[in-house]
Amino acid sequence: MIPAHALAAANGSGPSIPAPHIEYGQLSPMLVVFGAALLGVLVEAFLPRRARASAQLGVSLLGLGGAFAAVVVLAAQGHGTTKAGLLAMGAVAIDGPALFLQGVILLTAVLAVLTYAEGRLEPRINGHRVDAFAAQAAAVPGGEQERDATREGLRTTEIYPLTLFAVGGMLLFPAANDLLTMFVALEVLSLPLYLMSALARRRRLISQEAAVKYFLLGAFASAFFLFGTALVYGYAGSLQLGEIADVVSGVSQVTPALAVTTQNDALLLIGLAMLAVGLLFKVGAVPFHSWTPDVYQGAPTPVTGFMAAATKTAAFGALLRLFYVAFPGLRWDWRPVMWGVAILTMAVGAVLAITQQDVKRLLAYSSVAHAGFILTGLIATDRRGVAAVLFYLLAYSFVTLGAFAVVTLVRDSKGEATHLSNWAGLGRRSPLLAAVFALFLLAFAGIPLTSGFTGKFAVFQAAAEGGATPLVIVGVLSSAVAAFFYIRVIVLMFFSDPQPSGPAVAVPSPLTATAIGVGVLVTLGLGLLPQYFLDLASKAALFTR
Amino acid sequence: MNSLIPLLVAAPLAGAALLLLGGRALDRFGHWIATALAALSFAFGLALFADMLGRDAEHRAVTEQLYSWIPVDGFQADVAFQLDQLSITFVLLITGVGTLIHLYSVGYMAHDERRRRFFAYLNLFLAAMLVLVLADNYLLLYVGWEGVGLASFLLIGFWQHKPSAATAAKKAFIVNRVGDMGLSIAIMLMFVEFGSFAFQPVFATAGDASEGKLTAIGLMLLLAACGKSAQVPLQSWLGDAMEGPTPVSALIHAATMVTAGVYLIVRSGAIFNLAPDAQTAVVVVGAVTLLFGAVVGCAKDDIKKALAGSTMSQIGYMIMAAGLGPIGYAFAIMHLVTHGFFKAGMFLGAGSVMHGMNDEVNMRHYGGLRKYMPVTFATFGLGYLAIIGFPGLSGFFSKDKIIEAAFAKGGTEGWILGLCALLGAAVTAFYMTRVMVLTFFGEKRWQPDAEGNDPHPHESPKSMTVPMVVLAFGSVFAGGLFVYGNSFLHWLEPVTGHAEGDSPLSPWTVTGLATACMLAGAALAWQMYGRSPVPVKPPVGSLLTRAARRDLLQDDFNHAVLVRPGTALAATLVWFDSRGLDGFVNGLAAAIGGISARLRRIQTGYVRTYALSMFGGTLVLVASTLLMRSV
Repeated sequence: MIPAHALAAANGSGPSIPAPHIEYGQLSPMLVVFGAALLGVLVEAFLPRRARASAQLGVSLLGLGGAFAAVVVLAAQGHGTTKAGLLAMGAVAIDGPALFLQGVILLTAVLAVLTYAEGRLEPRINGHRVDAFAAQAAAVPGGEQERDATREGLRTTEIYPLTLFAVGGMLLFPAANDLLTMFVALEVLSLPLYLMSALARRRRLISQEAAVKYFLLGAFASAFFLFGTALVYGYAGSLQLGEIADVVSGVSQVTPALAVTTQNDALLLIGLAMLAVGLLFKVGAVPFHSWTPDVYQGAPTPVTGFMAAATKTAAFGALLRLFYVAFPGLRWDWRPVMWGVAILTMAVGAVLAITQQDVKRLLAYSSVAHAGFILTGLIATDRRGVAAVLFYLLAYSFVTLGAFAVVTLVRDSKGEATHLSNWAGLGRRSPLLAAVFALFLLAFAGIPLTSGFTGKFAVFQAAAEGGATPLVIVGVLSSAVAAFFYIRVIVLMFFSDPQPSGPAVAVPSPLTATAIGVGVLVTLGLGLLPQYFLDLASKAALFTR
Repeated sequence: MNSLIPLLVAAPLAGAALLLLGGRALDRFGHWIATALAALSFAFGLALFADMLGRDAEHRAVTEQLYSWIPVDGFQADVAFQLDQLSITFVLLITGVGTLIHLYSVGYMAHDERRRRFFAYLNLFLAAMLVLVLADNYLLLYVGWEGVGLASFLLIGFWQHKPSAATAAKKAFIVNRVGDMGLSIAIMLMFVEFGSFAFQPVFATAGDASEGKLTAIGLMLLLAACGKSAQVPLQSWLGDAMEGPTPVSALIHAATMVTAGVYLIVRSGAIFNLAPDAQTAVVVVGAVTLLFGAVVGCAKDDIKKALAGSTMSQIGYMIMAAGLGPIGYAFAIMHLVTHGFFKAGMFLGAGSVMHGMNDEVNMRHYGGLRKYMPVTFATFGLGYLAIIGFPGLSGFFSKDKIIEAAFAKGGTEGWILGLCALLGAAVTAFYMTRVMVLTFFGEKRWQPDAEGNDPHPHESPKSMTVPMVVLAFGSVFAGGLFVYGNSFLHWLEPVTGHAEGDSPLSPWTVTGLATACMLAGAALAWQMYGRSPVPVKPPVGSLLTRAARRDLLQDDFNHAVLVRPGTALAATLVWFDSRGLDGFVNGLAAAIGGISARLRRIQTGYVRTYALSMFGGTLVLVASTLLMRSV
């Protein structure tokens, strides 16, 4: 006996839901990473404790490496240029910016995972190497359980699958082509990050406080994003970025429903502003930056490095897509507002960094200032601006990751010695490390022959040609202010006398050394011979709809 | 064949890089590498010369474009070399004399710990000097110009542990900067006027520019030449530059680098020909320096400083000839080449004497050395005969041509210049005879050195005497070779052009007068120093002698006219800077710091405050987005 409804479907007479068409091949970078993350969960569940760390490292590196290979193959097949298009019924876009940023995120994640696995910095416990993450995340700080877990030399290897989930979200974020997918990506990348921020082995209370702050404020920002999504949907009757753009510019067919809603521009404008708030929070733009210093300081330093580099890349990708694909027709509305945000971000970031006494907070404010510099490229609203932002994100990611990796190495008996006074005279004790950090600082400051200069030059040039000369002037002035505190650290390291009881520089394993070394190479490479990557970025700088 | 041109420069440049980067591993044999590369460059030069001889006069000049350094629309900075008759002449002089002096230095610097570095600098100098004379545009020429300045600075101050050497290096550098400024301004003027700084377009369109502008460019080029070639008023560094090791004095401060100013003026002939006022300035500078250097040379007891005065004076001849225009260009270069031989030879001779006399430089402490150092005496003597213009030797022909050309300028100007040149010839004979007599003839006046060791003069090793002998050949025969059938003139004519002047005196009269002047000067010196005993302590001397001993008060003049007002100006500016500008800058910095400290307080650490600020921010963002629409 055949059920009735099956018969009806077979006859084609009843209502039917079409099976969605999914391009698995072109989505493979994300699928590989999510698959690796699930595998990581299984590793946690089934492997014995001692074998987990190395197994997790292997799974993560394979997953990230495989995904990167997939990105390269897709790009080589022309999916970034000629074969760019929409996937999964228009929910995801595959185009130049998406593939470029996915590549950057994956490479940064590989280096970040290498710094996670560093086991030589903390003293051994009972002969076991431990890393920068809490022995047992669920244990109450200072409690009995924590002491036991620490004594046993436990490690929170869940950090690896969490990172992979976050990376998966980050890959989707700049590729998301409708507002709901973008929101899902935002949450997928954010939730693991909240947890990861809480996992520091030392100073656990600050770490947990940072995580809670990040979570609360992140949820707040997500709510704005969701609200904005609702308002824009109310206006345009669609969630897809391309269709929204059509409605905004009036090329789509006017249905009776649209005729009513499109009369009310306030829906659209408020929606746009709220979507922007959600994304500006993630990039750390002023006035939505206040979480940055606290979270950067509290989170375990390897996580901070990963977060600072990869989250910013992903969030700028989403911001670019939102403004360039969905709202190019509204640029006369959002450009002036973004001008203000960019100016505030650059100025506040640079000025506040001056008085910081902690390296991680200093780098946090510096990342705020850099968000402002990148925004100037966004405001250029042309292809050159997109290319400049893409290049800047590539350059900035590696410098940031390298800089935070260096921070993990300067230690005293209480763990990382992040107070700046401890860094005095570091250049005399350990000239190589100080020189490497000085290189990263010079790159942050945008001194020629480093990647930072090329990147900054690119965004400022794009902004100036896009008619935003006053913005460039503010940018250059902020750079001058920013140069002060970067160079102050260099002066401190090389021209001050070391403290007698100052920190020691730990000798890292090849893992961290590789991460820092790659950071140095990329920083110098993009500074000395940037042409290939500039060309690549400008080839990749076209969004599909 | 043309692809050899870049190799001319590349060989010594590679040597410099190798020796500087190679480290101590090259200490033992690095100097041979440097010498071999200099010789290689000379070999390339000879090959190119032979190749050039094989073509007829119109097709001898070739250019070799290496790459475009800054290819911007309307601003084309090329790295391109031009090899023509003029530059190959320099190439052969630079690499030929350069190789000999490398060889000489192997012996001279044998006991110096930093020998490898010395040879690296010498190679660097060769490379820079070759860039200077091979450049096909003024910008690349400027690169070489600065490069030789750098090498000169490094080599004058090579014994930097001596404060006098360090000061001399600095002095040379600073005085040269004044001249370099002139060259850079000249290049800028050219670019503004002609839209290019390559020789070809500039010279081709020089006629379109107004005479005033050409005069300005010419005067700036003259300023550059004054700095590099130690001409009045930028002459003061050359005497002090003798603090450098003697091979350096021979190569850089006698034979090659100091003649770069002459090259610059001759090369820019197309500009000077159209700017008679600038030309007049050139001849005045040349004539004044010719006498200035000669007078200084008469009074110096330091053998190298006497020779330095002489160099200044001889370059004065060349500059004067170059200022005469097409009448004199070829003769300026001819004298430059012969001077390169005999002056380098004499400097090497002086070095050889110092080598044998425990580094004594005071000629009053020499005497009777001819028996002890026969080869040095013979080669130095031939150089001496050449420079005073003894008939038949190199200097006789080349100087004679310049004196003739000076008279040929015509009119009162011609007479004045001609008489200056004749007077200079007499004084040259005087001071050179003085050097010769004080050093090689008369009684021994040897003094123990600072450690009380008596000198035991001896002939120098082969590596030093061989270059001296080779240069002596040049001193004897080069001039005759050049004037035989006017070969040198015809060789250079396609580049520099040539015009016969209108001389009031016949060539034979001029030759006779010059020879008579030379004999009178030499006889006077013989009378003063050869026939009467020479006091070991210098006599007080006349007012002129005392002034000449102080380089005709050049340093006092510079100090009073430039240094003191300059210091006062700097002090005033510093006062304004610290009160005004710094106050503003520091105030600004303090203000930003203050803002930062205040803003920090907003960062309370309370998540509720953060949320509130986000909420406020969102309101502002939403409101301003709406506002943008309504305005």
